[in-house]
Amino acid sequence: MNVQPFLDISLAALVIGVALFTIIAKDEFSAVVAYVAYGIFLAIVWVRLYAPDVALTEAAVGGGVTGVLLVMAGKRLDVSATMVVAKKPSVAFSAFVAACSILLAGSLAAVILSLPDAAPSLAPQAAAAAQGPGAGLGNPITAVLMSYRSFDTMLEKVVLILAVVGVWSVGADEAWGAAPAPFGPATPSDALLFLAKTLPPIGGLIGVHIFWTGADEPGGAFQGGALLAAMWMVAMMARLADPPPINSRWLRLALISGPAVFLAIGVAGAMLAGHFFAYPSALAKPLILFIETFMLLSIAVALPMLVAGPAARKGVR
Amino acid sequence: MSLAIDAFTIICVAAGVFFYVAGTIGLIRFPDSLSRLHALTKADNLGLGLVALGLLPRASNFPDAFKIIMIWVLVLLSGASAAQMIGRALRRGRR
Amino acid sequence: MTPLIVATLVAASLVGIGVYGFILHPHPLRKLLAFNLIGGGVFLVFGIVARRGSAAGLPFDPVPQAMVITGIVVAFAASAIAIAIIVRLYKLEGGVDLDPALPRKSDGESTES
Repeated sequence: MNVQPFLDISLAALVIGVALFTIIAKDEFSAVVAYVAYGIFLAIVWVRLYAPDVALTEAAVGGGVTGVLLVMAGKRLDVSATMVVAKKPSVAFSAFVAACSILLAGSLAAVILSLPDAAPSLAPQAAAAAQGPGAGLGNPITAVLMSYRSFDTMLEKVVLILAVVGVWSVGADEAWGAAPAPFGPATPSDALLFLAKTLPPIGGLIGVHIFWTGADEPGGAFQGGALLAAMWMVAMMARLADPPPINSRWLRLALISGPAVFLAIGVAGAMLAGHFFAYPSALAKPLILFIETFMLLSIAVALPMLVAGPAARKGVR
Repeated sequence: MSLAIDAFTIICVAAGVFFYVAGTIGLIRFPDSLSRLHALTKADNLGLGLVALGLLPRASNFPDAFKIIMIWVLVLLSGASAAQMIGRALRRGRR
Repeated sequence: MTPLIVATLVAASLVGIGVYGFILHPHPLRKLLAFNLIGGGVFLVFGIVARRGSAAGLPFDPVPQAMVITGIVVAFAASAIAIAIIVRLYKLEGGVDLDPALPRKSDGESTES
């Protein structure tokens, strides 16, 4: 007897149940906690779809870093104290929306199940990019991100910087240039202090390891960067470090270093190797690793800055 | 030999699952947050340890085995710290 | 094939649950959570397409998977902007309600009315 289908169905029930709970939970904090749990369960679904790279990203970014963002937002909004005084939608309207949602979900499922059987695939091109001249990347995802669709990945890094600019720009005018509000209270608990002193060296090493193995095995700059970002945030929560002022030179240089190096090498490829974002074949792998190193730095700096929020005047949380 | 390894894995993982189930029952059935925390941290740390121990002989090489041990150590570290923080928050809330 | 059918169910349910919560919840933080649920469902559709497109000796099509990886990070960035706007709204208005009919702290000094 094969138990795999039963495990799959239990996992699906778990994900759907937790997702449902984030919607129907009474208070905001429970919903946020359920959402973090949902991120972790969803990562297991990704493993079942033969996507370990996506699973790592979902667990690190979708579950972990998003969780920190939401919990901090809940604290800043003081969700328990200030309740929204909005009218509850009428029962008839709720039922109508529920019916529409079920109809939408049903038609989506029907569409996915009736997709043509000879599915179109770009896997051969991706495999060619992975084995391409001088590349020799064992992980086809990294080959797609860094070589086959490198322009998309570069623009995605630009989006990340635009998001940081967007977060900074909703801050108060008079606070511009100052540091974002600190992550935690002035006197952290001893347990948190202990964790913040013990975990970052190990977590940083694991982050660099995941980045380094990304060339041949699941992992890469996104996942490693998210881990490094998490370690920095643990240190900031224990007040071993505070968010840097948003006008500090090193912070801005670190933020733009990823796309800047990516773009510079892309332009150099246009001159040396024939077309935009082409790597000279003898140097392809070292160049890809070089770009990824700066992308790692950019991501590790951008994610905590997105969580930290806009600049705040001293003493404002 | 492989039979012995299989038996070792099955016994360890089954014992680990038992502790997980016990911890989960405690989480659901215990009356207040502190005792729920107590059930969860101790039983689950032991459960994960036993599962990791059972999987050790299955690791194909030393780095993989080391990673399995590291997972357990990291969960112990973060779980213990988180439990401390939750406990402290509870005590502060009660006063 | 079962994992694919199960994943289809999860993806469709996540989109349905997300749309329901997005329309009905008054609190913007809950709307954001619901919107992220929709996003998770859409990403799963990508994952299903990637799994179906296995070819060239790979058990999956790497292109949709790579797009999901960048997508998860972009979704996080978008959530961060949304949170920043919600927190700012709360600080300026003293509440986080989206209903314009409700009384506001800053009604007196608003430049628009």
